Amino acid sequence: MAPNVSTEQAAAGVMRGRSWHPAIAGVIKVLPIFLILAGILVWIAFLNPRFLEPAQFLNFIRRSAPLMILAGGQLFVIVVGGFDLSQGSLVTLTVLLGALLASGDPSTTWWVILLLYGIALAVGVFNGAVTSYLRVPSFITTLGMLLTLKGAALLATGGAPRGALPTNFRAFGRAYIEGVPLLGRVPWAVIVLLVIGGVLIFLFHYTQFGKQALAVGDNQHAARLSGVNVGLVRIAAFVVSALSAVTAGIMLGGFSGVSLNVGDGLELESISAVVLGGAALLGGRGNMLAALAGALTLQALFTLLNFLGLPSPIRVAVQGVIIIGAVGFASWRAARGGQETEA
Amino acid sequence: MSVTTPATSAKPRASRFRLPIIWVLLLGIFAIAWLLVSLFGRGDFVSANNLGNILERATALGIVAIGQTFAILVASIDLSVAYLISVAAVMASFIMQGDPAKVPLAILVVLGIGAVVGAINGLLITKARINPLIATLGVGLILRGVLNASFQNFTGSVPASFQFLAYGSVGPIPVPVIILAGLTLLSALLLARTRFGAHIYAVGGNRITARLSGIRDHRVVIGAHVITSITAVITGLYLSSRLRSGAPWIGTDGVYDLESIAAVVVGGTVLAGGRGGVLGTVAGVLIFAVLDTMFNQLGVNSYLKQVLRGLIIIGAVAIYAARSREVVG
Repeated sequence: MAPNVSTEQAAAGVMRGRSWHPAIAGVIKVLPIFLILAGILVWIAFLNPRFLEPAQFLNFIRRSAPLMILAGGQLFVIVVGGFDLSQGSLVTLTVLLGALLASGDPSTTWWVILLLYGIALAVGVFNGAVTSYLRVPSFITTLGMLLTLKGAALLATGGAPRGALPTNFRAFGRAYIEGVPLLGRVPWAVIVLLVIGGVLIFLFHYTQFGKQALAVGDNQHAARLSGVNVGLVRIAAFVVSALSAVTAGIMLGGFSGVSLNVGDGLELESISAVVLGGAALLGGRGNMLAALAGALTLQALFTLLNFLGLPSPIRVAVQGVIIIGAVGFASWRAARGGQETEA
Repeated sequence: MSVTTPATSAKPRASRFRLPIIWVLLLGIFAIAWLLVSLFGRGDFVSANNLGNILERATALGIVAIGQTFAILVASIDLSVAYLISVAAVMASFIMQGDPAKVPLAILVVLGIGAVVGAINGLLITKARINPLIATLGVGLILRGVLNASFQNFTGSVPASFQFLAYGSVGPIPVPVIILAGLTLLSALLLARTRFGAHIYAVGGNRITARLSGIRDHRVVIGAHVITSITAVITGLYLSSRLRSGAPWIGTDGVYDLESIAAVVVGGTVLAGGRGGVLGTVAGVLIFAVLDTMFNQLGVNSYLKQVLRGLIIIGAVAIYAARSREVVG
């Protein structure tokens, strides 16, 4: 069985006007990622019993928030059959340009954030339009964008971090709401994650756009013939991905500060997370909750390897083993179900 | 718009047919670079010295991009090459330790590593049916982790005799140029004149059809990946010869994974597989090298250079895509 919400289900939903619980129906099918996640969390709790206390656990969620948001955006692009390799560079650009423009002045925060989202919109539209209308493979479009954005960020700052992020800008990543009953201190980042996670799940599973994205990824000719504006859907997917990258950048700038390589490699981590969440890499299948769980699993894995005291290079190697193992397991399951697919 | 011919039957014609377009583009860019540098730049663009520079710049990327062409032709991709280049460079100089007698052993070991890594990539993709992007990314991360855990800096050194690979010359022709030309010719012949070459186009064009026609598609994909990995270790050997030692970051610093893919696609090979060839790839690599040299001689800021390079990659591929009716993701 396909470990996911399939396009047929989504299409059936569209045709019969049924839109009940696709997210939940999907979760039952993609159980493995939640089992893996639970297993890793239990293992961490076994090594460090305090990990499951509200303060520590909320901090873990806070650290995971940027990658989860990136994975949510990446899922839209993967589901329409593409890749967004420019996410990491856009995170770097967000942090470097944000610090340069704001130079520590809190009164500038709002228009700087607005400007950054404006850039994200332009980047997303460019990625989507070049891929759709100039028919450049998204792998190449976004690879070019990766180089361009990183170059632009370094060009603007002269190759060294300049300026500073104001405190109200950094609040999204590092401030807390004090004195919440039962939980104590709740990081802003967790609230932001809940809101954006909710928006992403709604967009993906409960809107026409989400269903059209699945249809485009599964068979774009069929989607076009059934009246879907394929180009527009694809552009929208890239825009969501770019907006998620700027959001992640604002949060990362909050807790890790201004550095030149803040976004390096994040695009590959978010693709890994989406794949761990069981999306099909050539489009047409995916589940938002599972993708978010995939990102959380990846972050939990990093935390676990940290607790195990492994040197950081070995963590990288283990990450490699895990993504191969997870995808191998998924295609083994698919093969057992008699389907001729590659996960 | 041209009519798309089936990949298998178009094979020999395609490589002959494609040659002029991309090489004309290369000549055009070369002429523009020459003009701009003569008008605004420093130095003489067409001096023997400068042409040698361009070719040497192209060598490291060229060798691995030739290999990447094989992976992409079978509708696969290899993201592990950058890490494998580092592994090869470090292992070569670690084994040699400056001793000329150990050169053959080092080369054998490193080629062996390449063959094994290529076979693992191929097996993961065919037998375990893991998406090539994830399989080779995973293998790359494993190589990177193991390498960085074992070596932190330049390790060992290569003997003077081994530096012939990067600095020697036969008559007036530098050795790197001979290596690049030799590998290009060998690969072009392999693709155009052997059964294995024909199978590569068939499997890349349509794997199911190829299998039903009796081609052992798994072996072809594994073979293509072994070739890709072997070219990556040759690049590693070349870089250790040029730098006189190997460090764990030289593959990733050169961004050889993404750059080699960009060169292959700029050279006209289709990411979906089945169409293209190494002659286009080498032209793509030379275009990058000419642009790089031009930017240097014009004194363009290195970050601006990166911005332009990104836009040029997108632009070049857009020109190709406009010529085909192919719909892509």
